[in-house]
Amino acid sequence: MPAYYLEIALVVLGLVLLLAETFTPPGSKRLVGLAALAAVTVVFFLLLTVKPHGLSSDGIWRFYSDDKLALFYKGLALVTTAGVLILSLDYAPVLAKFSARAGGGPAIGEFYCLPIFVCTGMMWMASAIDLSTIFLSLELTTIGFYILVAYMRRNVGSLEAGVKYLILGALSTGFLVYGFTWLYGVTGQVTLSGIANALPSAPKAPALFAFALILVALSFKVAAVPFHLWVPDVYQGAPTPITAFLSVGSKAAGFAVAGRLLEPFLAAEQLRGTTSALLMAVAAATLVLGNLAAIPQSNFKRLLGYSSIAHAGFLLLALGANTAVGSLSPRMIVAYYLAGYLFMSLTAFAVLVVINRTDGADDFKAFNGLHQRSPFLAFAITVAAASLAGVPLTAGFTGKFLAFSAAAGAHQWALLAIAAAAASAGFYYYFKVLRHVFWNRPADGAATITVPPLTRLLVVALITGTFAAGILFQPFVNLLR
Amino acid sequence: MAFGLPARPAALAAACANLAIGLLLAFRFDYGNATAFQFAAVRPVLDNPAIGLNVGIDGMSLVMVLLTVLVTFAAIWIRPARGTDDALYYASSLLIAAGAAGAFVSTDLLFFYAFHELALIPTFLMIGMRGTGNNKDAAWKITIYLGLGSLVLLAGLAFLVTAPSGGVSTFDMTKLGALTRTIEGPVQERIYLVLLLGFGTLVSLFPFHSWAAPAYAAAPAPVSMLHAGVLKKFGLYGLLRVAIPMLPLGHSAEWIQHLLIVLLVGNILFVGLVTIAQKEVDTMLGNSSVMHMGYIFLGIASGSAIGYSGAVLLMFAHGVSIALLFALSASIREKTGTLQFHRLGGLAQSAPFLGLAFGMAAFASIGLPGFANFAAEINIFFSGFASKSPDHFGWLQTGTVLALWGVVISAVYMLRAFRAVFKGPLPDALKSPVSDLTLSERIPALLLLAALLLTGFAPNLLLRAVNPVVQAITAAAAR
Repeated sequence: MPAYYLEIALVVLGLVLLLAETFTPPGSKRLVGLAALAAVTVVFFLLLTVKPHGLSSDGIWRFYSDDKLALFYKGLALVTTAGVLILSLDYAPVLAKFSARAGGGPAIGEFYCLPIFVCTGMMWMASAIDLSTIFLSLELTTIGFYILVAYMRRNVGSLEAGVKYLILGALSTGFLVYGFTWLYGVTGQVTLSGIANALPSAPKAPALFAFALILVALSFKVAAVPFHLWVPDVYQGAPTPITAFLSVGSKAAGFAVAGRLLEPFLAAEQLRGTTSALLMAVAAATLVLGNLAAIPQSNFKRLLGYSSIAHAGFLLLALGANTAVGSLSPRMIVAYYLAGYLFMSLTAFAVLVVINRTDGADDFKAFNGLHQRSPFLAFAITVAAASLAGVPLTAGFTGKFLAFSAAAGAHQWALLAIAAAAASAGFYYYFKVLRHVFWNRPADGAATITVPPLTRLLVVALITGTFAAGILFQPFVNLLR
Repeated sequence: MAFGLPARPAALAAACANLAIGLLLAFRFDYGNATAFQFAAVRPVLDNPAIGLNVGIDGMSLVMVLLTVLVTFAAIWIRPARGTDDALYYASSLLIAAGAAGAFVSTDLLFFYAFHELALIPTFLMIGMRGTGNNKDAAWKITIYLGLGSLVLLAGLAFLVTAPSGGVSTFDMTKLGALTRTIEGPVQERIYLVLLLGFGTLVSLFPFHSWAAPAYAAAPAPVSMLHAGVLKKFGLYGLLRVAIPMLPLGHSAEWIQHLLIVLLVGNILFVGLVTIAQKEVDTMLGNSSVMHMGYIFLGIASGSAIGYSGAVLLMFAHGVSIALLFALSASIREKTGTLQFHRLGGLAQSAPFLGLAFGMAAFASIGLPGFANFAAEINIFFSGFASKSPDHFGWLQTGTVLALWGVVISAVYMLRAFRAVFKGPLPDALKSPVSDLTLSERIPALLLLAALLLTGFAPNLLLRAVNPVVQAITAAAAR
């Protein structure tokens, strides 16, 4: 089966679900969510049956790649979407409260359908090898997010997040298109392979200008400094499952595109020095700012926002170092890192959603005495925090270690020192959460927390993934190579 | 424990099994072939670069494994003072021990590093939840400090594996050395410096030592025992296992030698004087454990086989004696409610065994003959003069002479502490007689004392395993 059938299937399923949602009685919207989850799961298993098409580059294969990295990122997008749908089912009470129609009941059915379209966009982004398909898939994803971020219309925070995301998202799109036009202008090509052939002999200054514009746009998407300012506010305001989706899915898709788009620039002899230095500068700024700004946070969602910025720094470090570690190319390191980031970040968000729906709060105080209220959640958040901080034998460590090795291989001594300092700041702010979980007593009257079975299953799977990616590298590497 | 088993029996069973396996390994070990990694198991997890969950034990790791199982057994045996989360308490202690044991048996650089870090979270949680005094600040300090130290170390290791020409290819320690020894001198020196800073922070090398004393003073007894006794030795073991054999030009560079000697004299004299000024048993023990690291660094700085073997023996001896002292000080706190010198006194009248055990551990720590510490320290002090021609008197010899004064300093603070706690009149606050250790409470103390005396009278029990390994290290450096 060719890979692009997956996206087609998803779009069709999404449309069918939207239609079916209209005829679902208000009390049974949960069924729509379960159907969406089932659909995503089926598509994930279909992904396993995809056969690479071979070497031809005619027809659709001019715009669309089904190489291993593309399939890997498609898998990440599907797993993330499934996780987000499970979290959305748990989040329904909060959502219902803030999304009521004027004089009517809650409107939560569409909330389960839109992630499917976003997922389609992310999967297409993973395969896009042509400027036009890159742009289209990126927009499909972003427009879905515009709606989802502002979904809780009776909540000022959610609306504020929606407006911020809309305006800055549109701005970054402008940069991207402008960069694409310059890129087309200097190379006369729209396919990435054509651009890679043309760039080494292209005029240098305009090519670098195109690179800078594209870098600005991508920095918005992956939350890199100095284009990160939207992140904390949007993360805090958006519905928690959507924050998870933004943090994990959107970042993975952004880096999938960034890896492909920037590769020709990093490969061209005459541009390599400058582009790598620019990327390293962005990485250094992102590492320092993301980690330092995370230190004083007292709201867990906001903290995860800054943590998302900090991780973008490590990812850019691996990408900008432009040096392979053994048989792992920079783009493979980035993909490995993102798989680990999926496991650990989604675990943290799952814990947060369960606490959200129990207590309606998301600051650190809501975590007080969690190990007495729910040992399971306490264990989950411990694993997630350890992995996010980069404690070995977890996925987070493997990613950081590979990024460090890439930087060391590129002899980036100064940047490595910055990265080490930044990572040690991470120990402080991630462990700050653990302090509340283990050291503090629960608030008076705080009841034990019950974890819904589906979420429990998800968290167990994610924790398993966190340890698997931290200890057994080969299975994941085989998917990449 | 998650399966409803009572926490203490389950943890004790694990610790006993651990001890049995450790002793079995020592009996089955082929001492004629101590430089080879025995009982090896290889489990590759990545082909290129080659990474594997590889384990094996040579003479040096055997000594560290014995130290780990002994101290773990004692740490699990002593009863927790108070609290409700016994399952978490025992699980954390066992995790710290598992991290240490994993690091000592790993023959793959990545897992060697990874296992050590396993202890980070349990240590943080235990000091914060079950510690005493200013425990929360101490928990933060040790976590951030050691986190930064291990990241510096990670950066150093990343440089080490990527520096050979041809880039990173393997993390297998048995193969990596041949590659890294070909790195040119100045680069070796730089990488060695980063590794020394990273490992040094983990061992509380002066001036990166300020995390240790407050953390050990605040931590619950098993955590202090395991951390000060076992886990801290990881950094020293790492220098002997990784930094010195893989970067011989870095280790022998003159400026690095001089730097190391200055710092280790800081450990012995500066921290030694700080230790004298302490007014409580636990902070005194914490500082003394930092101070004694200076001797081990001196053995390492000597660059000779006799110094290295003294260093390994002292790692074992110090680990056992400091664990014993921390265990006994926890008993004192439990019985009297305080560890301040001026509120204690005369305990030996009603608790003679406690006094005897503490006294013997203190003597061991000072380095009196008959205990393993003496055998180790005498090797180290000889190595300071044996390494160059007899009429040569350089940095190392000056450092050794200064370090000898540390023995006097240790005698001062240990004997003063013994007098303050066990001799003299009972203070008014302690008029009710303090009970002695019960039979069950004596078992860990007896075990650790027996280990100290046995290896003190017959250090060759351990040295026959260590000597071939350290000779191989110096031989590889000479090539």
